[in-house]
Amino acid sequence: MSNSTFDTGTPPLATPSRLSLMWNSNIGYSFRRNPVAIISMVVFWLITLAAFFAPVLAPYNPYDPSQIDILNSEYPPVWIDGSLPEFSLGTDDQGRDLLSTILYGTRLSIIIGLCAVALQAFLGISIGLISGYVGGRTDSLLMRLADIQLSFSTLMVAIIFLAITQALFGSEVFSRYAVLFLVGVIGVAEWPQYARTVRATVLAEKKKEYVDAARVMGFGPMRIMVRHILPNSLSPIFVISTVQVANAIISEASLSFLGLGMPPNQPSLGSLISSGFDYIFSGSWWITAIPGLVLVVLVLVINLLGDWMRDVLNPKLYKG
Amino acid sequence: MSWDLETGPLLRVRGLEKRFDLDEGLLESLKFSGGKITRQTRAVHAVNNITFDVNKGDAVCVVGESGCGKSTVARMVAGLISPSNGEIHYGGARIDGLRGKDLLPLRKKIQMIFQNPYASLNPRMTIGQTLAEPLRYHNPGKSKGELQDKAIAVMKSVGIDPAWSARYAHELSGGQRQRIAIARALTVDPEFIVADEPISALDVSIQAQVLNLMLEMQEAHGLTYLFITHDLSVVEHFGTKVIVLYLGSICEVADTRTLFSNPKHPYTKALLSAVPQLKDDRPNHIRLKGEIPTPINLPAGCPFASRCPLADNRCAAEKPMPLQKDDGSIVACHAVEEKRIDALDWV
Repeated sequence: MSNSTFDTGTPPLATPSRLSLMWNSNIGYSFRRNPVAIISMVVFWLITLAAFFAPVLAPYNPYDPSQIDILNSEYPPVWIDGSLPEFSLGTDDQGRDLLSTILYGTRLSIIIGLCAVALQAFLGISIGLISGYVGGRTDSLLMRLADIQLSFSTLMVAIIFLAITQALFGSEVFSRYAVLFLVGVIGVAEWPQYARTVRATVLAEKKKEYVDAARVMGFGPMRIMVRHILPNSLSPIFVISTVQVANAIISEASLSFLGLGMPPNQPSLGSLISSGFDYIFSGSWWITAIPGLVLVVLVLVINLLGDWMRDVLNPKLYKG
Repeated sequence: MSWDLETGPLLRVRGLEKRFDLDEGLLESLKFSGGKITRQTRAVHAVNNITFDVNKGDAVCVVGESGCGKSTVARMVAGLISPSNGEIHYGGARIDGLRGKDLLPLRKKIQMIFQNPYASLNPRMTIGQTLAEPLRYHNPGKSKGELQDKAIAVMKSVGIDPAWSARYAHELSGGQRQRIAIARALTVDPEFIVADEPISALDVSIQAQVLNLMLEMQEAHGLTYLFITHDLSVVEHFGTKVIVLYLGSICEVADTRTLFSNPKHPYTKALLSAVPQLKDDRPNHIRLKGEIPTPINLPAGCPFASRCPLADNRCAAEKPMPLQKDDGSIVACHAVEEKRIDALDWV
């Protein structure tokens, strides 16, 4: 009976560091055993770090007009005849170094993806928590709103919204605030994904006795939702977050490709693919193909990580 | 309503009822019968017209088989669900129907211990956080050191090493968790503790430990308990007064000693005969025949009539009223009232 003999002296608890705790946890173990997850993680961090250190790594700055020369346009990558050695991945139609432009563009795409997902998560988690915890009419109302939102496709909503704002403010203002518009529209269009998942977990969690215990303690609904229920609903939130980041990056690329996203002078992966698309049949395939490849790889590794995380956090396989 | 607080009961429950609606919303309540669409709502009558008092320092046990409304009574007293009918008075003031901020002072006085210590502790919180949160919440003016001292004192008093405060609930055994749950209830210095089957999820060897801990705490803090259980040997050890419930109605209320030495209601007799005894000079278990009626359609008469060997026409038609006996116990039974009970060949 260890619980009645504590005063005879229990050995002091060794407090291992956070990192080693993570490394030795179930998640850490499953990560080490899963080569796909390791490779995906490595590739993901390679792309992300390269993108975020673009000002250091990139040989040119695509935002600096003095470094762009239109005469340098459409040089092929170095392994093709007729290339210039200073442009390792060739140049695009405006004469920008493709490698630099891809690095800066990836950074912008990832930032837009993360911010949009943060907005989605904020809206969706708040609405899902309230809906699940309060229940009744509030729940019905919020969930019907989510149903209505889900019945429009994200891209349709985004295209209509962006087209209207572009017409309203003119392309000058629009291109200045394009990042904000994109984050806003992608963030608002996808909140029901979060809201529904969070609501389902909240419904399951609020039946548990620790929530009753918190209510008996006199804690207010806000505190119970945020401090007690939310931390216990995090695993599904993590899983959708990864998938949603990939989705948001794709949405951004699609919108930019359609000319409703980032303007050509602020390269994102989508706008880069789009600007190269005009030249694809004139032989300059690399302007579209190389950023396209980066986009595919980035989205693929995020999705693979999401898959792995879903398996690990599945309560049927892992109980914690 | 007024009575002397010094001598009056701490908790007074009058005509308490709880119905849970089965058909929620308009569409579910529409029924097609006899060529017409009618609107009818069904409800589970979990608790029906229950009246009892709990005096200060008592340990009142509520017993009964599963589904008889024991836990519903506990949750209503603790303020987790509101009664459909009836009144609950605590310390002279009516407490049912209180909401939000009005409820806060009461939360410090009435605390609850739950059945399953595996579910009643937040799995994402360490023991220290679990105990510190109510302390911080209810004592906003106190310094961090004072609260820490209080948390350590409470942990020590329930036999938990304060060094465990960095651990999570899943690292502890069931008995240890239940100690933490008791400690959490004690952090706010309550006067009254509602315990909803606090030991039934525990190992038999741990049950006695937790029970004794609760008795120690009763002496140390002058607690009053409302103790829900289905284990009669626990009642004998723990309770000062017993309430026997059947299908949401009171069968018998008596002092523990009176109840165990002289059970009056046929259901109580049957229950007591089921307690395992070491000495074998007791008659065999009484086997009740018949079915428990559904709490959705309650019988018009005595709820126990369908299983009672003494049931007659009056039992089937008229619900017996709780009547006080000479030895202080309260019994709701026509057979006891008419003194037909002596004809019973059980005991």
